[in-house]
Amino acid sequence: MNKPETTNNEFNVVGTTPIRPDGLDKVTGRAVFADDFHLPNMLHGKILRSPHAHARIKSIDASAAAALPGVRAVVTGADFPVIEHKLINQGAAGMINIGELADNCMAKGKVFYDGHALAAVAADNPHVAEEAVKLIKVDYELLPPVMDVRSAMAEDAPVIHENLQPGAFIVPAEKFLPNAGRTQFGNGDTEQGFAEADLILEREYTAETIHQGYIESHVTTVNWDSNDYVTVWTATQGQFGLRDHLADVIQVPIGNINVIPLEIGGGFGGKERIYIDPVAAMLSKKTGCPVKVAMRRDEVFRATGPSSGTYIKLKFGVKKDGALVAADLHLAYEAGAYAGGPIFLGILSSTSRYNIPHIRINGFDVIVNKPTMRPYRAPGAPQALFAVEQMIDELATELDMDPIDFRMKNLAKTGDRLVPGFPLAPIDTVNLMETVKAHPHYNAPLDGLNRGRGLAYSLWFNLGETSSARIQVNLDGSVTLTTASPDLSGTRISLAMQAAEALGIAVEQVSPAVCDTQSIGFAIPSVGSRTTYGTGAVVCEVAEEILGQMRARAALLWEIDTGQVAVERGIFSNTADPEQTLSFNQLAGRMFETGGPISYHKTGNPQSFIPGIAAHLVDIEVDPDTGKVDILRYTIFQDVGKAVHPDYVEGQMQGAAVQGIGMALNEEYFYDDEGHLKNASLLDYRLPTTLDIPMIETVILESPNPAHPFGVRGCGEISIAPPPAAIANAIYDAVGVRINSMPMAPHKVCAAINAKKIAAAAAA
Amino acid sequence: MGNKSHITATINGEARDFLCEPRQSLLEVLRDVLYLTGTKEGCNDGNCGACSVIVDGVLLDACCMLAVETEGSSIETIEGLAKEGELHPLQSAFLEETGMQCGICTPGFLMSAKALLDKNPSPNEQQVRHWLAGNLCRCTGYDKLVRSVMKAADTLAEA
Amino acid sequence: MNDFEYLAPRELDEAVALMTEHAGSAQLLAGGTDLLVFMRNGRKSPEFIIDAKKIPELNRLRLDAGQLTIGAAVSCRTIWENPEIAEKFPALIDSTALIGGIQIQGRATIGGNLCNAAPSADTVPAIIVYGAVAHIVSGKGQREVPVEEICTAPGRTSLADDEILVCLSIPMPPANSGAEFLRFIPRREMDIAVANSAAYVELDEAGETFKNARIAAGAVAPTPLFVEAAGAALKNKPVNDESIAAAAALARAAATPINDMRGTIEHRKQLVEVLTTRALRGAVTRAKREGRNNG
Repeated sequence: MNKPETTNNEFNVVGTTPIRPDGLDKVTGRAVFADDFHLPNMLHGKILRSPHAHARIKSIDASAAAALPGVRAVVTGADFPVIEHKLINQGAAGMINIGELADNCMAKGKVFYDGHALAAVAADNPHVAEEAVKLIKVDYELLPPVMDVRSAMAEDAPVIHENLQPGAFIVPAEKFLPNAGRTQFGNGDTEQGFAEADLILEREYTAETIHQGYIESHVTTVNWDSNDYVTVWTATQGQFGLRDHLADVIQVPIGNINVIPLEIGGGFGGKERIYIDPVAAMLSKKTGCPVKVAMRRDEVFRATGPSSGTYIKLKFGVKKDGALVAADLHLAYEAGAYAGGPIFLGILSSTSRYNIPHIRINGFDVIVNKPTMRPYRAPGAPQALFAVEQMIDELATELDMDPIDFRMKNLAKTGDRLVPGFPLAPIDTVNLMETVKAHPHYNAPLDGLNRGRGLAYSLWFNLGETSSARIQVNLDGSVTLTTASPDLSGTRISLAMQAAEALGIAVEQVSPAVCDTQSIGFAIPSVGSRTTYGTGAVVCEVAEEILGQMRARAALLWEIDTGQVAVERGIFSNTADPEQTLSFNQLAGRMFETGGPISYHKTGNPQSFIPGIAAHLVDIEVDPDTGKVDILRYTIFQDVGKAVHPDYVEGQMQGAAVQGIGMALNEEYFYDDEGHLKNASLLDYRLPTTLDIPMIETVILESPNPAHPFGVRGCGEISIAPPPAAIANAIYDAVGVRINSMPMAPHKVCAAINAKKIAAAAAA
Repeated sequence: MGNKSHITATINGEARDFLCEPRQSLLEVLRDVLYLTGTKEGCNDGNCGACSVIVDGVLLDACCMLAVETEGSSIETIEGLAKEGELHPLQSAFLEETGMQCGICTPGFLMSAKALLDKNPSPNEQQVRHWLAGNLCRCTGYDKLVRSVMKAADTLAEA
Repeated sequence: MNDFEYLAPRELDEAVALMTEHAGSAQLLAGGTDLLVFMRNGRKSPEFIIDAKKIPELNRLRLDAGQLTIGAAVSCRTIWENPEIAEKFPALIDSTALIGGIQIQGRATIGGNLCNAAPSADTVPAIIVYGAVAHIVSGKGQREVPVEEICTAPGRTSLADDEILVCLSIPMPPANSGAEFLRFIPRREMDIAVANSAAYVELDEAGETFKNARIAAGAVAPTPLFVEAAGAALKNKPVNDESIAAAAALARAAATPINDMRGTIEHRKQLVEVLTTRALRGAVTRAKREGRNNG
């Protein structure tokens, strides 16, 4: 394994690899995930979901279900409050249409996708609840489904929402077509740019809908008590977002709700929205009992996630010397049933790593009869890169340039203006490229038939945004660190390490925990590669404040000014009398004689749009007779600013890359012509297995992020983006065909190879 | 629900008995009747391995077995992997080699790996990957997971 | 899952009586890896589950001079862990060792695979080319049927509601014979076959001429497909690429696949030809090795 070459040795804790405190319970089976939670007198809820992609609900008859012994309550859309449909600005939490959010949890009037919830039952046990759900009779008026972006944008497309309200995922779109919103960005004059170009290529690319594929289903337990206080125990990426959205949907004051986050079994962007919590809440209200709702795996696929299928059209112009001069991008991303898909991030990630003087980007957020699209790790980027990094590779090939030299020629560097108008924050893009070029993998010979090597490069942005942390110093010198950021992958240890580093103590002294919404200040969810960086930055600020408080305590004891107390690596000293020192633990032990408990809470807003960069290099072998692609060797080069816990940083890089490999080769939603999802299982939605993947080499680079005291950048998302493009480029290198449709399933590769053979034969 | 069977089985070395409906899987009974929630449900159709347990020495998915079938069986679950407070070398290796991220698939992987090492104490990488192919992990990309199993095998060999 | 009654007979006679009594509303449970999933998703709702795993005749695995007998409830893992079977019937190992993961192999059975009658069933082409015979019993008596006559349509078999598949018997392959089963899936494990193919060959002593061959393919027709013509075409043909290609082309011609989430018609047709070619080559290699071992 490649350990990072640490750029400085100033750290005691950061850069080491301690064992995570939550690990022991996870290897012994004691950790409490959402479905491991039980309450006395708890009922089980099950949901009736539409078998149709697009239909009007004419009537629902739940009388037989309600009469089944063991059934305690039935709810439909009519039992839920009516919420106005409009965009609400929630600041750091984004713009959101609560009416649509509510309808997505429980349909009213119309169902918009196979799997859309329209009734639910609470019963004594899950089997009875399932039996009851089957007894609910629904009369539908079927409407024509619209299943892909091009059909939805066609002139005669059926209109899905009679009055489309464009959504917002970071940046709002404007209404453009009955089924599509639009977002535009650009610089320069593309007409002039293309006129200057020596070579112009135009290409089209498509990608299918994919799912985050976390192994833990969505499960929630809700108790609505007699005072209208609502408690939620669930696995979520964001307990505050869940709380606020739930309050809007079930119409209780936010202050009445407490969301208690349990261990979360993966999210990758797919667990930051409510689906079943309002349903469990209404069932609890109706029955007076706590209600657990657990989705089956098919429900997870049919009604949560997924991430956009796309249609992308590119026109790129380049000079003979390899300088990109013009680009015209048409990016159409599925929004799913309701507006607000990841189109803006698709736009932002498409070309921000290159300087292109004349560029126009038209992004479309397109309604289709599929589940509402949610973020999936670097939302929008893999699809955009699949197109643009193949285009870059093709241009380099046409110009007979080394793919790294071509990228170097056009590389965005610190301070360069990005398409949305802001400059690229400090990061060493040149070093990354040079590191790849000098690496043994890049220079290793690749012998053998049907083998190829591919490269792709990504630049992605970390969120900072609202984060909360509290540090309490205890009498024995132990430290309780609480944050509002759910831990999806080991961030409790990476935050504890930062607290320990900042406080100058051992990481074992710090007990990190994730808090419920009554116990800590607001934060946006654990998304956008932000927890170790953004919440970490706030943890460091809190630690600084704690040190300040403790210096004041030492000053009291020594009867000097606080300014005369120095602290280094957990030792407080009197600058006037260096003999006079107190350790962190000694000073903690005297807190009650110096003014009482030592604690500090802060909600901060670290800077967003911090860049991260990664290049992926892959060797593959194609079986030309079956179209199957095998990964032979894979190396990730990624700049993480500062690797707090290098093992978990590598884990993020490897895990992201393997998700990218999955979407590159096999993962896709498969709908029939009527809009029924045919592969809603882990059998036929094919996540990579151990056997599909080799060991993944990692090269960690560390160009510090000035917005974090230790230089940390987020590292979780970016490495999902390059694999599809890198593999596509490797397939071209291996067998000379370009696969412009993701996933690059064996039948597509096979068909492309056959077509090439036929064309070659015809030419001969 | 009068249709319940009384089942006696050995679970993690202890004699246990429970009542269950015929339609309850071993997974449901472990989790919802016996509150042994370390065995996880990922798919409930035999495609993810999160509910891997060992019954009479055979590794299987607890979702694909009815609890009524276990009369007289010996069942090993994640809760029995550590003995007398001492972690199994696999558990230590998963901690030390960071062989997990979110941890939901971890019990299943540990039980599968245990079944592997019981049968083949020194597997090579390919054998580990082949044996674990019935367990899905979405977080790690498998690299550190596979290394953890191989490290545990080394530890066991040294012991 | 709907409620049902669980019955665990310990003798075959008892099981036969139960199947007779509850014909049409009872389902035999072997490994359960498909049945429990079908019961959960509502595809099957039996009122009685009759557990096959406590009946001695259904759990027998016996290799004697003349034949291999595999009880209908014997797990795939029990089969692939048996070194004698591995030596004599390698194509059975090819297929039993790739159904699901190790967990599924510990429960799933060839009998269940056959009786579920999935077009893609991975063990069925292998047992077809080995000439396996199904031994079936009911209150009316016993019968023996070549396994290729069991599956009649997706999910349907020629077994009556009251009949029990007791075991399969497979004749011991002669000297200079070999067989191989191959499957194509998008991943390397855990998938349902996009297409599969099994080939069995018997060569002359010199290993230069096909004396006999049997070819079967899966996921390319409504049932596992015994391509008799492709095997027959090899008879007395020289062992070379041309003969193999001709047989594989016949397998392709016999295939009538569909487009679905697991594959396309064109791809499946190409795959059946490619897999049959490769399986025949593999079978020939094994036959020659077998010949050497015997000599």
